[in-house]
Amino acid sequence: MARSVTTQRKTLNTAIAWGIGLVLFFPILWTILTSFKTEAQAIADPPVWFFFDWTLENYRVVQERSNYSRFLWNSIIIAGGSTILGMIIAIPAAWSMAFVPSNRTKDILLWMLSTKMLPAVGVLYPIYLIFIQLGLLDTRIGLTIVLMLINLPIMVWMLYTYFKEIPGEILEAARMDGAGLREEILYVLTPMAIPGIASTVLLNIILAWNEAFWTLNLTAARAAPLTAFIASYSSPEGLFYAKLSAASTMAIAPILILGWFSQKQLVRGLTFGAVK
Amino acid sequence: MGHGKSLVASTAIALVTASGAFAQTLTIATVNNGDMIRMQGLSSEFTEATGINLEWVILEENILRQRVTQDIATSGGQFDIMTIGMYETPIWAERGWLVSLDGLPEDYDKDDILPAMRAGLSFDGSLYAAPFYGESSMVMYRTDLMEAAGLEMPQEPTWADIEAAAAAMTDRDNNINGICIRGRAGWGENMAFITTVANSFGARWFDEDWNAQLDSPEWLEAVTFYNNLLQNYGPPGAANNGFNENLTLFQQGRCGMWIDATVAASFVTNPNDSTVADRVGFALAPNKEGLEKRANWLWAWALAIPAGTQQEEAAMQFINWATSKDYLELVAAREGWANVPPGSRISLYENPEYASVPFADMTLRSINAADPNNPTVDPVPYVGIQFVAIPEWAGIGTSAGQEFSAMVAGQLTPEQALARAQALVTDEMEAAGY
Repeated sequence: MARSVTTQRKTLNTAIAWGIGLVLFFPILWTILTSFKTEAQAIADPPVWFFFDWTLENYRVVQERSNYSRFLWNSIIIAGGSTILGMIIAIPAAWSMAFVPSNRTKDILLWMLSTKMLPAVGVLYPIYLIFIQLGLLDTRIGLTIVLMLINLPIMVWMLYTYFKEIPGEILEAARMDGAGLREEILYVLTPMAIPGIASTVLLNIILAWNEAFWTLNLTAARAAPLTAFIASYSSPEGLFYAKLSAASTMAIAPILILGWFSQKQLVRGLTFGAVK
Repeated sequence: MGHGKSLVASTAIALVTASGAFAQTLTIATVNNGDMIRMQGLSSEFTEATGINLEWVILEENILRQRVTQDIATSGGQFDIMTIGMYETPIWAERGWLVSLDGLPEDYDKDDILPAMRAGLSFDGSLYAAPFYGESSMVMYRTDLMEAAGLEMPQEPTWADIEAAAAAMTDRDNNINGICIRGRAGWGENMAFITTVANSFGARWFDEDWNAQLDSPEWLEAVTFYNNLLQNYGPPGAANNGFNENLTLFQQGRCGMWIDATVAASFVTNPNDSTVADRVGFALAPNKEGLEKRANWLWAWALAIPAGTQQEEAAMQFINWATSKDYLELVAAREGWANVPPGSRISLYENPEYASVPFADMTLRSINAADPNNPTVDPVPYVGIQFVAIPEWAGIGTSAGQEFSAMVAGQLTPEQALARAQALVTDEMEAAGY
């Protein structure tokens, strides 16, 4: 009896989990389906689901009209660059806050988070003007710095949480064995915090990849990443949903694949602490 | 020997640097409309002829407007050519943000530009943006449904004709709505349409002293009429419908009539996308019986050069190419006359080959019926037909648009919507110092 309840429960849980998963994934699924339809099918009412003449026409048009590889390259550099740069700053910062906290550490952590509480548009003009002065408009380096700064609080917070769970005694033991600060961070702390660092890196790449406010406002032609590529397929006069879906699918495909392959690390990093 | 090598190397570097310095690149900001995309596709011809490279920045309309405004107001210098509309051109020209196009060569033939377009894109007698394509608005209707209803659409209908036709064609059981018109809030969305209705009913946004006039009986009559049309014969959820939503409905056979941009004609008659392609007729935008002003707007997507560009001469060369008579011929040769950007040049409409395009004549008549300098029955201090060419318009147009959208959604009566719009426009204009 008890056994059947457990099985029933399990089945129910699985069904609920699948249901939630499907709801969450549905917009992406719909985008992918739409990208294989004609413009007329894309807006058909009632909507067509799976039984239509699948076409690659939208992908052909998008390939022909836009230089996809250039947008992709910009996205990789900006997302990758801002993550690497961010980690170089965030790891030592999180280390010091976790292992040598001062009276002000808590305040500093909260203060860093407070920068996320202002809507981005509130600082658009100051940053735009600074970018003009420094000649950083429409450059990859400018965008890399801005995205790094935007995601830095999240990076420090995440790493801080992981580092906190590593027993200080292990680091102490390393120090007693004669390890300097550099060795301590590089050879003792980092390997133990790998799951946490990996999930921070992945999450940050995803955030930077999808960032669409600064990337649209601070770029024109040369440094425009995939978000600008997607935005170029919306039209005020004329149907565009199928082509827009094709462009979106192409833009999210790399990050989706990366996420798929690294889901183990991502889930582990996000659900467990650094040391079990 | 060593010297020889280094000499060769330094000469090579010098040559590469020099050629790099001479290879000019223009950055062009534009929208994703069919005609612009076609221009992008054909622009390799320009590069081949002049050696000037082109970088395209294609953006969604609202993002484009925000980006180019931001760039031009802060002298960001990111764009050498911008695609702007009739609303921005006179305002930006007055502020000295645009380069005058007086420098275009003689054979560009400015006198060939349709007078209404030229008037809307000029400031102080100088052209500041060259029309790439122009549009007015007109009635598109289903010839089969009209025939079934035993009605005939006059070429110059009145609002009474439109209402009668809408009533006759509405068939709720078969999901056919008599009329589809814009309801979504926005200065370029529902307010473009409502303002043209108001113009045709004898209303105006401001009197000659810039006092808001939305409390006038003409406005009430116009807005009540618009609201009744949508409530009685419009599609469900009309408060969210803009150009693309109505295009979709019309192409699927859900609308008896659609009053919107003339550029839509090529979409609804395209058999690849439209289920009613062979059953569409065209008529001029309506007027009210006894009044001459018709409810048609005037808009152009035009190319302009921001002041402060380092490449004014090359930009001028590109505009000369993209908006010339030769360009129209080029598109016709490659893609057929139906795909030529409409509404910019007189010579296009004098061309017998273009006359065979089914919507050519009605587009020209609609554009010619629009006069941006005299948009209303009573005199007004502003330029613009479906907009008021002042910087405050984007704000007040959008706020007022939200009230009218709420009215269409059934949350406000026409009287309430107008009273609220009047109040917010008055406040805004007082704050702006009018």
